[in-house]
Amino acid sequence: MHDATLIKELKRKALEIRKWVIESVYRAGSGHPGGSLSIADILACLYFHEMRHNPKNPKWEDRDRLVLSKGHAAPALYAALALAGYFPVKELYNLRKIGHFLQGHPSMITPGVDMSTGSLGQGLSVGVGMALAARLDNRDYRVFVILGDGEVQEGQIWEAANAASHFRLNNLIAILDRNRLQIDGPTEEIMHDEPLALRWKAFGWEVVEIDGHDLEEILNVFHEIKHNERPTLIIAHTIKGKGVSFMEGTLSFHGKAPTHEQYIRAMSELEQEERELNG
Amino acid sequence: MVSAYVTNKMRNLRDAYSSALIELGYKNENIVVLDADLALSTKTKRFGTVFPDRFFDMGISEANMMGVAAGLATCNKIVFASTFAVFATGRCYDQIRQSIAYPCLNVKIVATHAGISVGGDGASHQMLEDIALMRVLPNMRVLAPADATEMEDVIPVIASMQGPFYVRIGRADAPIIFERHRKFRIGKAYVLRKGSDVTIIATGTMTAEALKAYDLLKKNGIEARIIHMPTIKPIDKNAVRKAAKETGAIITAEEHTIIGGLGDAVSMAMDEPVPMIRIGVSDVFGESGGARELMEKYGLTAENIAKQAKKLVKARK
Repeated sequence: MHDATLIKELKRKALEIRKWVIESVYRAGSGHPGGSLSIADILACLYFHEMRHNPKNPKWEDRDRLVLSKGHAAPALYAALALAGYFPVKELYNLRKIGHFLQGHPSMITPGVDMSTGSLGQGLSVGVGMALAARLDNRDYRVFVILGDGEVQEGQIWEAANAASHFRLNNLIAILDRNRLQIDGPTEEIMHDEPLALRWKAFGWEVVEIDGHDLEEILNVFHEIKHNERPTLIIAHTIKGKGVSFMEGTLSFHGKAPTHEQYIRAMSELEQEERELNG
Repeated sequence: MVSAYVTNKMRNLRDAYSSALIELGYKNENIVVLDADLALSTKTKRFGTVFPDRFFDMGISEANMMGVAAGLATCNKIVFASTFAVFATGRCYDQIRQSIAYPCLNVKIVATHAGISVGGDGASHQMLEDIALMRVLPNMRVLAPADATEMEDVIPVIASMQGPFYVRIGRADAPIIFERHRKFRIGKAYVLRKGSDVTIIATGTMTAEALKAYDLLKKNGIEARIIHMPTIKPIDKNAVRKAAKETGAIITAEEHTIIGGLGDAVSMAMDEPVPMIRIGVSDVFGESGGARELMEKYGLTAENIAKQAKKLVKARK
């Protein structure tokens, strides 16, 4: 059990991330709200509790790393980084704007972004490299890689999964955002992916499954896997578009900005939730 | 002018690569070497024997290797990633683009078995498009050393410079051209012969052929300027412009397709165009055969360079 104040604080952070996802994607006029909203709770737990990092020293060598392999969820990452203090929150208004550093997909020009991503399937390999570097340098940082469930259709993911297990990289933690939707439809329909956990286990990974929106469960899982001797995959069952009623579980908000009306509705829903939380 | 002669001494550039790597490994503990199940062929295995902790054989997964290289590089490692040129560039173009060139990471891709002189393995393994593929990437610098001495000069220099490099070498032993080591400079053309009738700009394996072509042309009363262009990107624009201006005609020679490689880089570098002939493989795939036989069949010889140079000189008169 985690203390109620912490859970409440993280809930607040997750809500703020969600609000900024809507705000920044709306202002940008394009972007990917669905898959950003589905990882908001995970990012809140990572950046505001679990990860060892220092926004004042983004290149700190002992920091835990995060690779957002599903790079299209950049708006959520940017919100988390801004709220953590890597750069002024007002920069979030400049998402996808020319001459500003918040690119449509994560780029290392942004303070706090540990790896440029955007072309799916590459982040886990990068995580393997970072985890190997930790071992070479005798450092105890961990490497978190956030994967999409559509993304694991890429063959390179499995090359990396194999390498991580071969080198027994227990400092590598992949979190699979299991929202079951990809651009063209439900993941299972587009390209069957079950038994997902079994596949990863067969590659030599420890696999745990959680509700990716239950903060208590998210915090607990990090605690549980601390002494794993192999790389760990956390399958986080999530809802695409989580937190905005008309975006939840819908395909159409994978890569589309809300209209003005939708933006107003989404923000008022999130603000209502915030009021209830602050009760 | 750099002293350069095609000697009878042969040495493999891959051997030079592994020697240079090992020397670097002793000097700098941040050097990490990756290979994809070709460590015996690329010779990186020798590094792995001396420094087993800093060598990782990633198995037959080149795309993953490039990503791992990128990850290591974000953690202050200077990473050398090696495999055959055909896999290093063709198979991994997107990984190199997204995960190495775009974030400008410290990954040195050293590819062996480039070009048609791979020989018997045939077209599937004869990489003739790698210079083109790597040249178009922002942040990427592209090199094709001419002999083992130069290879040993190049490796520590690229290790000391931040950001990505692509170095291509062939499979076959190559004649020693440079007997002495130099302080190698990236982006510098090396004038090997000072003639003014025509300029021959060559890179990689073709520099030895260009030097031989010089002798053939001299017998015909033609004094060619021979420029060795080990750095194809960034290209030495001044040397190209000066040669164009002073000799009025240029021949480029590369063991690569004539599209997108040295020839294109040279033509882009000229401010005023002069007559030019590109020697390379003319937009076809190779085939199995002996290395020398293939070089001859596809016109990658001193004789063909001399022939084309004569044609160019004659046309101008």
